[in-house]
Amino acid sequence: MNDMRIVERTVDSHQTKITARGVQVYYGEKHALKDVDVDILDKTVTAFIGPSGCGKSTFLRCLNRMNDTVAIARVQGDIRLDGDDIYDKRVDPVQLRAKVGMVFQKPNPFPKSIYDNVAYGPRIHGLTANKAELDAIVETSLRKAALWNEVKDRLAESGTGLSGGQQQRLCIARAIATSPEVLLMDEPCSALDPIATAQVEELIDELRSQFSVVIVTHSMQQAARVSQRTAFFHLGNLVEYGETGQIFTNPKDPRTESYITGRIG
Amino acid sequence: MTDMTSHPGPKSIDWTSDEIGARVRKRKAAENRLRYIGLGAIGIAFAMLALLISSLVSTGWQAFRQTHVTIQVTYTPEFINPDNLQRSNYRGLLEATMLDLIPGATNGRSVAAILSNGAQFTARDRIIADPALMGQTVTLRVPTSDPYDQLAKGLIDRDTPEANRRLKNDEIAAFDALLSQGVVSKPFNWALLGNADSRFPEQAGLKGALWGSFYALLTCFLLAFPIGIGAAIYLEEFAPKNKMSDFIEVNINNLAAVPSVVFGLLALAVFLGWFGMGRSIPFVGGMTLALMTLPTIIIATRAALKAVPPSIREAALGVGASKQQVVFHHVLPLAMPGILTGTIIGLAQALGETAPLLLIGMNAFVTAAPATPFDPSTALPTQIFIWADSPERGFVSRTSAAILVLLGFLVMMNAVAIYLRNRFERRW
Repeated sequence: MNDMRIVERTVDSHQTKITARGVQVYYGEKHALKDVDVDILDKTVTAFIGPSGCGKSTFLRCLNRMNDTVAIARVQGDIRLDGDDIYDKRVDPVQLRAKVGMVFQKPNPFPKSIYDNVAYGPRIHGLTANKAELDAIVETSLRKAALWNEVKDRLAESGTGLSGGQQQRLCIARAIATSPEVLLMDEPCSALDPIATAQVEELIDELRSQFSVVIVTHSMQQAARVSQRTAFFHLGNLVEYGETGQIFTNPKDPRTESYITGRIG
Repeated sequence: MTDMTSHPGPKSIDWTSDEIGARVRKRKAAENRLRYIGLGAIGIAFAMLALLISSLVSTGWQAFRQTHVTIQVTYTPEFINPDNLQRSNYRGLLEATMLDLIPGATNGRSVAAILSNGAQFTARDRIIADPALMGQTVTLRVPTSDPYDQLAKGLIDRDTPEANRRLKNDEIAAFDALLSQGVVSKPFNWALLGNADSRFPEQAGLKGALWGSFYALLTCFLLAFPIGIGAAIYLEEFAPKNKMSDFIEVNINNLAAVPSVVFGLLALAVFLGWFGMGRSIPFVGGMTLALMTLPTIIIATRAALKAVPPSIREAALGVGASKQQVVFHHVLPLAMPGILTGTIIGLAQALGETAPLLLIGMNAFVTAAPATPFDPSTALPTQIFIWADSPERGFVSRTSAAILVLLGFLVMMNAVAIYLRNRFERRW
């Protein structure tokens, strides 16, 4: 890893996409996330790092209200997407999730054809008027996910028959088929081998031009490689948030420094 | 790292010592013991099954053949009135035919009793269907009555003293005369499947019971399948997890363990008592069986829904599917093999269920197969119950044969369940 390169990396945009203020999450009695304030910029890769159980995935799942599906989870605080409160009563979480796509830790394609996997989102949201439009969306999504050339001749085959890395890129294609504004990725490479990881990371960097990408990762190297901004979580607190170069080379908080240098975690 | 020095290092272990050797031998012996106990258990189970099947087959196989006599009947005006074919003297016609057939026979009643009571109706139906046969001779193959069927199958011991025997010497002699003429045959007993119940074993069949069971199971399926799946989906996917849903869950599990006779009493009180539905009706039987099958289907469906990996639900939720879309587009199709398997096993259970059907009167003596689910009839298990209870010798082998038919259907249903499970099993 060339550390010098991180320092020089700049953030392209300073437009804020998501604003979170005073976010608290409780799982039953457990206070899992304590008073988190974060601004996530548009067209930027933001990485959440931290030891296991620090609340980074919990926070990620607040951003598209996936925590709603956990019966015992309670979310407090204010999270705004483009200035609109996403926890407002009038917001339909189902529609929100089309705007804020998600890619999970383990590749989880539907046991359906590759085509149907990608077409599922546009279909249920009624985004296309006819088959030709749907075909076009499937193709562009697979192209953006750098999977088109590998699967274009077998779109009718089952998505579960692909290799692990291909499956994960299929899941990315599925997530971007509904043209989301934000793409959330929960440790997208933890189940992949190094080659597939490299492909997905390259893809994340390309996706940055169209989406705001938020990625949770255990690997500090990965955070350093793909992100422009990094947030460090520890024991449910947001310890430090800043430009990736600064976090990795000149952390302000001693806990960040300990984690980066491998003393905690 | 400094801790290491304060602990004594592990003692060096002599893996070849007698002590360790004995331990290894003991462990091996224990493993072998377990294996032989397991093999023994399987062996006993198989032996029991083999015993059951072989006992059924050894008594039941005879019922799949029925002794018939081939007779030449001449429709003479002496017995037949062409103007009233319905009420002509067919009994007399058969007596005359049999007297002709058996040399030296004098007692017409006695020799005609060799033939089944249904023979006169066979003779009647033949000429009613074609009145032009008047004055002509036709060949009829009619079943023998039960005692002679037993005799032909060797189930009546000729060495028994005459006083203790069902057939007297002259009756046996008459039948032997028929045998020597080569007019006695033992073809496959189609009546067993094609006739409804009868007082006479040689004419009794399972048609009514098969239709009754079919209608009852159809009703049971049409009620229990949608209701069971609906309840399971709601409980598993939508119901809030609280005391109330726990209470419901415990009660459904308890319902599955309630003895079936209790469901029969419930059906008797509610369907027959309050709603005034008819007795012996397959539709009511089906509703009763549905009560019993519901918990089984609900439990199987919930288990199948639970087995769908959460990652599939998350994936669907993640692209913005609503709860209902997640269930109907993804979870339910994946759970379908499990649901179908559970349902078929539930139905197979219902097919063999006797007690609730007895209580709603499906053990009635009905001599016609039901044309609709609302006509009185018996069902397979209750038919077995009736036959097992009948004194005629011929019903002994027919009871076993009916059990074999029932077992055949059960095996078939289970085979379908296994096929569906393998066919639609998906990997993810």
